[in-house]
Amino acid sequence: MKTQPSRLGRSSIAASPAVSYRTRAAAGNALFYAVSIAIAVFMFLPFFWSLMTSLKPSEDIFSIPIRWLPSEVTLEHYRQAFTTVPFGLYFWNSLVLAVAGVLANLFFGSLSGYAFAKLHFRGNTAMFRVLLAAMMIPGIVTMIPSFYVLKHFPLFGGNDLLGGGGNGLLNSFWGIILPGASGSFAVFFMRQFFLTLPSDMMEMARIEGCKEFRIFWNIYLPLTKPALATLGIFTFQAGWNSFLWPMIVLNDPDKATIQMGLQAFSYNYQTDYGPMMAGALIAILPILILFLLLQKYFVQGIAFTGVKG
Amino acid sequence: MASIGKLNRHQAKMAYLFITPTMVLFLVFTIIPVVMALFLSFTNYDVVSRMDFVGVDNYKRLVDDSLFWQTFKNVFYYAIVFVPLNILISLLLGMLMNFKRPGVRLFRTMNYLPTLTSAVAAATVWIWLLHPEFGLVNGILSYFGVVGPAWLAQTETAMLSIILVTLWQSVGSNMIIYIAGLQGIPEYLYESAKLDGATAFDRFRYITWPQLRPTTFLVSTMSIIGALQLFDQAFVLTQGGPGNVTKTPVYLIYQQGFNQLQMGYASAQAFILALAILIFSFINMRINKSEESII
Repeated sequence: MKTQPSRLGRSSIAASPAVSYRTRAAAGNALFYAVSIAIAVFMFLPFFWSLMTSLKPSEDIFSIPIRWLPSEVTLEHYRQAFTTVPFGLYFWNSLVLAVAGVLANLFFGSLSGYAFAKLHFRGNTAMFRVLLAAMMIPGIVTMIPSFYVLKHFPLFGGNDLLGGGGNGLLNSFWGIILPGASGSFAVFFMRQFFLTLPSDMMEMARIEGCKEFRIFWNIYLPLTKPALATLGIFTFQAGWNSFLWPMIVLNDPDKATIQMGLQAFSYNYQTDYGPMMAGALIAILPILILFLLLQKYFVQGIAFTGVKG
Repeated sequence: MASIGKLNRHQAKMAYLFITPTMVLFLVFTIIPVVMALFLSFTNYDVVSRMDFVGVDNYKRLVDDSLFWQTFKNVFYYAIVFVPLNILISLLLGMLMNFKRPGVRLFRTMNYLPTLTSAVAAATVWIWLLHPEFGLVNGILSYFGVVGPAWLAQTETAMLSIILVTLWQSVGSNMIIYIAGLQGIPEYLYESAKLDGATAFDRFRYITWPQLRPTTFLVSTMSIIGALQLFDQAFVLTQGGPGNVTKTPVYLIYQQGFNQLQMGYASAQAFILALAILIFSFINMRINKSEESII
């Protein structure tokens, strides 16, 4: 829809008698489409190829020259992927972790983002700056010490008050959820959004005797739905796709995430390309569906990271 | 007056309550780990036995650890190829996808799709695409009579394969950032430049590129930090092989710390890597600043 006005503009120019201009514009158009299509095909080909492989009977997979389409469509590899390893369980584990991460970040992120944006208190700017600066710390710095903190978390996982004796939060979902429960990005993102909202509603509500939490929860939070959607998608994607940290924290095979399961599968069944592709596509699917449903919010989120620079 | 003061005090009290969860988590999982990072690197922490202070022993050992420096060499090679290509391709793609033509949104979506995939899923798919005999890449090459290499198994092409896969996965989101940057450039700059007879290249050189400097700074900083911490793709695609040519510092730190449980030593390695990231981010900042004075 957005392209409509410029199209009209172009055709009115093209209608002018200057023929050379018209041919040049046509050549430009052709070039644009040729290049764009070539790039899009390259970007999409891996998806197409893995989908085709996952649907082919095994003998089609190993063929020279390559066979673009399956001779017959079979769902055998999907069945195999789910029966050789507990893919359904991994899928569920990842879903629980990602959704918990989203809920925690939306709540804590907007709660403190609101406080930093709208409430006056001592140390507001200073604390916010520290949070912001921490976003620059590379993940590798905190990887080993965070493991130490989880292992020696007092009173959890058999630990005593001083954090000795047990395994703390290791090998539990809390070890994934808590460290990322209120990311600096979430706070920063929500604060920027709350700053754009007017403060007079707050004053009014206070005069009416409304409690501070209710002002946040009933008046301001509902106004941030687009921001919450964007942040939620971002957090979900990060949680769903994360690999190294869950691999460090979770040792119990029953708690493995889908990324860990997929990696183990492709390592242990190195020639089973059919089930491997089926597994990879299943691991991509939830994000893909979210993206197709909520494309607008994805793009807004990335554009925002661009604005902050 | 007194009641306003009371109201403000109440407000501040509630504000502290609101930020408490965030600040507690921040203290436990960011501040404490950052402080501990340095401390652990001076100990022999290994999870199981007693933790002792060992002074600079870890750092002394590190100087002679040829595998450690090999991983640095690998990741520098990766970053030197990946970061400029990432910026260049994202910028060109952003400019191309900023044209207002019918169907451009579909092209944008296609270019963006790879960024949705997890590193593990993408690497898994590419293991198959780069299969020496039955893979799609060599299959297509054979149409042109080219016998493709064993991409992931040969020392010359293994790192190039990782560069290819990570580029495929990262240019889409940087493209969106560049499009947002391009749309922020005021149109009148181009119009007046056209009136002055500036060529398309001049307009790029003197308007687009300088105007996009904040965007380029952001994209380059993020890709430097990400590139030097390469792990997922190297772990899944090549397992650091062949012959350690794709083993990265994060990979080594992971193995040293969590497979061999030499966490004190791994902390020292992590600290050196963090230092390298800091230095390169700083150099990148200086380059971005110095350009300002030239133009």
